[in-house]
Amino acid sequence: MAIIKKLKAVKFNQNHLLGIQDLSFSEVSQILEEAKDFIKLNKSSSKKIDLLRGKTQINLFFEPSTRTQSSFELAGKRLGADVMSMNIVNSAIKKGETLIDTAMTLNAMHPDVIVVRHQDSGAPNLLSQKVNCAVINAGDGRREHPTQALLDALTIINRRGKIEGLKIAICGDILHSRVARSNIYLMNMLGAEVNVVAPKTLLPHSIEKLGVKTFTDMKEGLKNCDIVMMLRLQNERMQGSFLPSPREYYEYFGLTPDKLVMANKDALIMHPGPMNRGVEIDTNLADDINRSVIKEQVELGVAVRMACLKLFCKKN
Amino acid sequence: MKEKYLINGHIIDPKNQINEIGGLIIDSKGLIKAAGKKVSIENLPDDAEKIDLNKKVLIPGIVDMRVFVGEPGYEYKENFRTLSNAALSGGVTSVVSMPNTNPVIDNVSMVDFLKRRGRDKSRINIFPAASLTKNTDGKQMTEFGLLKRKGIVAFTDGVKSIQDPRLMSRIMNFASQSKSLIMQHAEDNILANGGLINEGEISTRLGLQGIPSLAEKIIVERDLSFLEEYFCRYHISQVSSKKTVSVIKKAKAEGKIFSSGVSINNLSLNENDIGDFKTFLKLSPPLRTEDDRLALIEGINDGAIDVIVSDHKPEDEESKRLTFSQAATGASGVETLLPLSLELFHNKNLDLMRLISCMTCNPAKILDINKGNLDKGNEADICIVDINKPWVVSKNELNSKSKNTPIENRKLQGQVIQTYVKGEIAFSRTD
Repeated sequence: MAIIKKLKAVKFNQNHLLGIQDLSFSEVSQILEEAKDFIKLNKSSSKKIDLLRGKTQINLFFEPSTRTQSSFELAGKRLGADVMSMNIVNSAIKKGETLIDTAMTLNAMHPDVIVVRHQDSGAPNLLSQKVNCAVINAGDGRREHPTQALLDALTIINRRGKIEGLKIAICGDILHSRVARSNIYLMNMLGAEVNVVAPKTLLPHSIEKLGVKTFTDMKEGLKNCDIVMMLRLQNERMQGSFLPSPREYYEYFGLTPDKLVMANKDALIMHPGPMNRGVEIDTNLADDINRSVIKEQVELGVAVRMACLKLFCKKN
Repeated sequence: MKEKYLINGHIIDPKNQINEIGGLIIDSKGLIKAAGKKVSIENLPDDAEKIDLNKKVLIPGIVDMRVFVGEPGYEYKENFRTLSNAALSGGVTSVVSMPNTNPVIDNVSMVDFLKRRGRDKSRINIFPAASLTKNTDGKQMTEFGLLKRKGIVAFTDGVKSIQDPRLMSRIMNFASQSKSLIMQHAEDNILANGGLINEGEISTRLGLQGIPSLAEKIIVERDLSFLEEYFCRYHISQVSSKKTVSVIKKAKAEGKIFSSGVSINNLSLNENDIGDFKTFLKLSPPLRTEDDRLALIEGINDGAIDVIVSDHKPEDEESKRLTFSQAATGASGVETLLPLSLELFHNKNLDLMRLISCMTCNPAKILDINKGNLDKGNEADICIVDINKPWVVSKNELNSKSKNTPIENRKLQGQVIQTYVKGEIAFSRTD
């Protein structure tokens, strides 16, 4: 692991984890380094430590989530924190309370960290201005999903030993994807070359200014890639028609063996989930134990979130 | 009222091409008796009471073509009294009030109410605009003729754009017979739907849905095509993009007759100022790129754009303390319109005569009102400005009821010293 050296002496500057954009190289390295220790812990028979004993973690999820919410919950519990997950469906938010008022209410309970997912971009930023504890962004609108990018980086490092010099293709619904944005920032920072593959209607305006090459021909975009990251079509965020049909999308942008052949022969397949088999990815490829690291991503997700909780909780 | 002799000022009156050291005489009825260099100490009677302006700039009171009042329905955001105080402290003596109230200004009885409230509570001239369509629903046109007879100076759906092309063509066709002024907020609803800021790199980085500048250009192009068939008094309320400026430039060069305005916000700020989700900069039309901003300034210089407005839209703090997508749109600005626009003069973007004309005689001409000039016999609505005085914008010192200024802590150069309405001092800065 060439790029991750022991950097214990480096000061951790951030109070909140709002996005990859706010992190420095050394902070990212520190998170990944910490996470590596937790990978081992998570595989051992006794998975619980008391690093965050007495600390309170609140999960505030305004959007449905399976893996991220359970991953954060497990991460907090394994570190010994008291974890509370707010069920927004039954909360005052539904009765017209504003985000800031909810934040003030929760703040009065003296949490040490709030993990927030919100449909509006920038909601965690607003929250972080109003509470006294650390705020960790678990996905906001289409802006950032920093822990997903960090766990993706950890997965790649775990398999390839490094990220620097790798060629990474991010494919699919880039327009609506916070995972794509966080990964673009992070992989660029860690020295990878990033290709973005999508139909033009699903490419955000000026995306190339984020430091990527764009492709509408998937075979071209996958050429010589070491990593293929697939994204889901976020139909629930789409207003109006972006594509003719799932069939046409699969034909041109679905990951199939004939397209994957353009990538390096040991290229890894990644997917943040949830997956739509037969829409963006061939079902056999998704399960190919030699290529697909999708399950590993979920596994390392817990370790990365433990590292984030540790570093950001400790700040306060 | 005694006659007033204001002498030794820098008199600027773009309508009469006055830009010289001189004075102004206000007669006993509050009307302008004379203005310019001929009014000097030598020509005045010895016993006259003279007010020395010390070379400060004297201009006609500002005419702001786009102001949201709040009465009726949103009095907690702004009422006529607070609006007057805000306007006067910024040298604004006449405003066109937008019809987006609750209920909407779309019928004759609402105009009566507005005029009565304006007369009783306002210390500035209120020129009400009525909506183009009933309840600004974009379906049924309002009574242009009857409303105009009641004193409505312009018709607009304010924050909304007329989407239906058939309706818009009929509005333009019908309005021509009553010579009504049609003001369009140019934005295609479907293209802009869900959009929050300018579409571009910033919207991609912030993860906010963009509003393409095409949404504006398309409506302007459509309306200008209608104008060929149905000639009427047509005004584009606020231009925000370079693309639209070139459409306007081309159409004017071809001889089409219409006018256009721009918000001081789009002239002084750009999308980068939104920074970390500053909701006070959530505006409609949105702030666009620096390139767009420079094109707008260029548009004023070459005559494509005629008017600068404040787009004064008071919003209470609660409606801004939300996530960007939930926060209200609009910014307070009537009292900073003139000082902020002077930045364009100090930066050598615009000369003073042209700048002042965009806020005095140009809007007055478009509205067909006798304001924004120092004509002899006209009511003395004037404003005295120290154009070099430095100050810092602070929301706590604003007179508007709502404090949603987009330029908090901005250092400005130029401040209004005194404002006269109908020959009487209506505002005087004490510090």
